[in-house]
Amino acid sequence: MLALWILLGVVVLLALFVVLSFNRLVRTRNRVDNAWSQIDVQLRRRYDLIPNLVETVKGYAAHERELFEEITRARAQAERASGVQDQAQAENDITAGLRRLIAVAENYPDLKASQNFLALQEELTATESKIAFARQFYNDQVAILNTKVQSFPTNIIASLTGFRPREFFEIEETAARGPVTSSF
Amino acid sequence: MYEEIARNKRRTVVLVIVNLLLLVAVGYVLAYVFANGNGIVGIVIAVVVAAVMSFASYRYGDRMVLASTRAREVTPQDEPRLHNVVEGIAIAAGVPKPRVYVVPEQAPNAFATGRDPEHSSIAVTRGLLDAMNRVELEGVIAHEMSHVVDRDILLGTIVATLVGAIVLVAEFMLRWFWWGGFGGRRGNDQSGGPAAAIIAIAGIALLLLAPLVGQIIKFAVSRRREYLADAQGAMLTRYPPGLASALKKIAVAPHGMRSANNATAHLWLDQPSRIEGDRMSFMEKLFSTHPPIQDRIRILEEM
Repeated sequence: MLALWILLGVVVLLALFVVLSFNRLVRTRNRVDNAWSQIDVQLRRRYDLIPNLVETVKGYAAHERELFEEITRARAQAERASGVQDQAQAENDITAGLRRLIAVAENYPDLKASQNFLALQEELTATESKIAFARQFYNDQVAILNTKVQSFPTNIIASLTGFRPREFFEIEETAARGPVTSSF
Repeated sequence: MYEEIARNKRRTVVLVIVNLLLLVAVGYVLAYVFANGNGIVGIVIAVVVAAVMSFASYRYGDRMVLASTRAREVTPQDEPRLHNVVEGIAIAAGVPKPRVYVVPEQAPNAFATGRDPEHSSIAVTRGLLDAMNRVELEGVIAHEMSHVVDRDILLGTIVATLVGAIVLVAEFMLRWFWWGGFGGRRGNDQSGGPAAAIIAIAGIALLLLAPLVGQIIKFAVSRRREYLADAQGAMLTRYPPGLASALKKIAVAPHGMRSANNATAHLWLDQPSRIEGDRMSFMEKLFSTHPPIQDRIRILEEM
């Protein structure tokens, strides 16, 4: 009789453990998905800024055509990208292009002084730092999820219910924090 | 972080209960004196008052605090840089973007209020916006965002509104005594009669209570939490020198603030004062809640 009760207790505890860790895994995965959509929102905001920025600079520096095309191409590629690695690579190209665009703008005092350009520059700086913050939050959440998915004993439940470790959103070190601007 | 949240919730409950007991005691004594020994009525009234106070400070405490500092909400069009920074740090912390307010004061300072991350506000002074560059502003906002994430804002706001009432009355009494409140000098000492005596006794009682209230505030908002918010803020921006440099500017900037008051002092980034310079008034010392700013800078620089 006693043995039966003990057995029952063990089964209940085990079931409780499975349910709780499964729910915790779901919660963590949702947080990762949510963090990813935050990155997506900010990236989209940057795509929307690019045509404006290019048009404004074009007005003062029309002959930098090659650079404009490069940025437009990188933007198109980023919008088509699928998967974390792919997206990260395309975003790195955009960041590099925009950096050069701002550097070019430094050579045109009229452009630098225009209200429109200053407002766009603030938007760009803000969006880049939001991308950086969103990426940071996403990577933190991925780290938490991956630890849960890979460590014992949650890894058993994770593999049974199809949870996989996620990819980090990596960027090149040179393009790390410290957005494009110096004038603020 | 989760321990901090739990601790803050526990302390909030303790505070509400202490406030209830205090009011019940006062209500009982008053009813005993006035209603000839019928203390029960006093207790009932006190419980109702305490319930209303607690609910109001939970639900509307943030608005009271913001109003008492004359903070005004600003739109992204008014203050694009401030709004962008707040939004960025909110993303880094994984919480909804708080509402953004500006306080018309020249001393650089900031505070956060609200009850949880879904109902939170961050206010900065005009002086802070003028003095700080983007990186420094990020440091300050990240410090405030940590208070939001840890629910320090709930406890801080409830302290400000519950305890604030007592602090206000105590300060009023202090001035009243100071400027000849005992009535003798104005020559109408007879007209006051027992009412004046009761007010005087209540005043003395409140004055004796004031240090106790100061202790309650210190209990609720320990200096540790400021260090903790500094550290957590640095985790959010991944750049401790930003806040360090902001605190350096705050340390040398003029401190005088017209809307400084002992009930809300603990909410601010750095202790506000009505008096220019390093001096603080007697009451302000009694309610001093912030660690020395030089220590905070040193710790951030060692990170």
